[in-house]
Amino acid sequence: MEKFTSLKAIVAPMDRPNVDTDAIIPKQFLKSIKRSGFGPNLFDEWRYLDHGEPGKDNSGRPLNEEFILNQKRYNGAQILIARENFGCGSSREHAPWALLDYGFQVIIAPSFADIFYSNSFKNGILLIKLDADVIEQLFNDVAANEGYELAVDLENQTITKADGSVIKFDVDEFRKHRLLNGLDDIGLTMQHVDDIKAYEQRRSAEAPWLF
Amino acid sequence: MAGKTLYEKIWDQHVVRDNGDGTALLYIDRQLVHEVTSPQAFEGLRLAGRKLWRVDANLATPDHNVPTTDRSKGIAGIEDPISRLQVETLDQNCAEFGVTEFKMDDIRQGIVHVIGPEQGATLPGMTVVCGDSHTSTHGAFGALAHGIGTSEVEHVMATQTLVQSKSKTMLISVNGEVNAGITAKDIVLAIIGETGTAGGTGYAIEFGGDAIKALSMEGRMTVCNMAIEAGARAGMVAVDQKTIDYVEGRPYAPKGEQWDLAVKAWADLHSDADAKFDEVINIDAASIKPQVTWGTSPEMVVGVDQKVPDPANEKDDVKREGMVTALNYMGLTANTPMNEISVDKVFIGSCTNSRIEDMRAAAEVAKGRQVASNIKLALVVPGSGLIKKQAEEEGLDKIFTDAGFEWREPGCSMCLAMNADRLEPQERCASTSNRNFEGRQGQGGRTHLVSPAMAAAAAIKGHFVDVNELIK
Repeated sequence: MEKFTSLKAIVAPMDRPNVDTDAIIPKQFLKSIKRSGFGPNLFDEWRYLDHGEPGKDNSGRPLNEEFILNQKRYNGAQILIARENFGCGSSREHAPWALLDYGFQVIIAPSFADIFYSNSFKNGILLIKLDADVIEQLFNDVAANEGYELAVDLENQTITKADGSVIKFDVDEFRKHRLLNGLDDIGLTMQHVDDIKAYEQRRSAEAPWLF
Repeated sequence: MAGKTLYEKIWDQHVVRDNGDGTALLYIDRQLVHEVTSPQAFEGLRLAGRKLWRVDANLATPDHNVPTTDRSKGIAGIEDPISRLQVETLDQNCAEFGVTEFKMDDIRQGIVHVIGPEQGATLPGMTVVCGDSHTSTHGAFGALAHGIGTSEVEHVMATQTLVQSKSKTMLISVNGEVNAGITAKDIVLAIIGETGTAGGTGYAIEFGGDAIKALSMEGRMTVCNMAIEAGARAGMVAVDQKTIDYVEGRPYAPKGEQWDLAVKAWADLHSDADAKFDEVINIDAASIKPQVTWGTSPEMVVGVDQKVPDPANEKDDVKREGMVTALNYMGLTANTPMNEISVDKVFIGSCTNSRIEDMRAAAEVAKGRQVASNIKLALVVPGSGLIKKQAEEEGLDKIFTDAGFEWREPGCSMCLAMNADRLEPQERCASTSNRNFEGRQGQGGRTHLVSPAMAAAAAIKGHFVDVNELIK
């Protein structure tokens, strides 16, 4: 996993609640047996006017000009601000893979669905929860200023606005540590092989039908 | 000291080590594997030169991509080459790593969340995971079961553990008795209507109360299946005699002395009387009507006797805009009576509602009747090969086909339309599945979630109708 420390980037707004993982990456793209290449199909049904299929050349497809990410002012955005319950629905990790492949490294919303939250951090995406009124102000700021940028600093847990004002955010210590260092979970757990073996020995005596 | 909730009991039994940073390493007893979320996990193991920690804890089957039509050509009969490759890849990975797989031509093949319990591979007190959000289904057995992403699938394969932080606990108590025609699906849709789709975020939900106790195991699976639609990764129901009777004698269930030991241990799989939940929600069972969703989120649900809600009555700006967007997508006008909405297709199946009891409930409505002329397709897709066989032995297939339904092979099918079963743009569907998201059943498709009996009733009448009008 790539480490994440800080980022200053253009912000794109996704102004609807309950954005589900089916919308983030529609089911037909889940047929891939790879982890990469999902970016061109991020939000496929909202982003294009025709029906997308895996393997199809996306460069010539008709764009839905109204869709936020198709607006020139959000070109190169790497921070997404969203509404409550972002990432609900299916557990597909293809959703964070698609967001990351497109370029998003930070998503800010009032709340996230549990599985999406966990999947995102495992892929080096920083998810930040802020109060709904703070988010509302960010939506207003983005709408009012073309090329609006935010600077996110994970070590200090701060978001700095263009005017220099700072928003503090919370993040679990263990997730922060892993993200800052780009640590692989399996490698970390493998350091505790003896604990796993000891557990199995104890548990198989206690509940032999499970083994 | 206060007693423990069911969730806390199972959690405590599975802690391998406390990581001291707010997380614990939790032991996983069972992992179910399917073709969509596993290829990248197997590939990760291969690249790192890792093996499965405990091969026998994994059980695999293809379900999302499999065709529900003629299977005589086997995998070669999957027309879409990308779908075919994904199913072939599962076969290859299971062979390479030694994982037991019920392949497409095995009568035990089916939807993972149907075959786990059916085989006794899901047992009370277990921790169960699968790269699929509807893994919450297995909590019906007093198990701690939840969906995970592919990175976690790989983590469980390699270490038999997951790094987890403890959830908060919520009790949803459905008190009293439900009225005639009200099923588990109506109960859980009514619950989601009450809590909202994010109400359970961060919680493990235990479903209790007389109306939950009165449900069959199939019904409890339906309720727990949709815990994730309330935002909770895990839903669970306490173990009782019904649980034990269901599990006994199944292929993967313990036998002989081990069975006796297990049953003794399972007696404790309930929340203690003095256990404290972080949140308690009470619902009056008698107030629940047959439910129909009207929008693009499962929380957008009303009784069939009600009207499509009017956004003008919603005070919250974000919610109101969400309602307008949903009505626009669904092609519905506010204040239209739900029972005047006609449908184009009907889908009876999915991990929510494809078990034998669901088949029977739909057949009871369909028996001796005909699918309405405006219905383009009415599909019945059993959840496993064994359910299909049982239904056929009971003559249910004949009831369906005589009435004009199609009787198909098992799989996820039109719940998420990864195979060939799907809605065309703007087609409206009465579906027994779990998600009415935009495009879920096919781009532009319009999904209304209902119970199997309500779906069958919509097929017969051509529009939504209170099932009690047909089964009086």
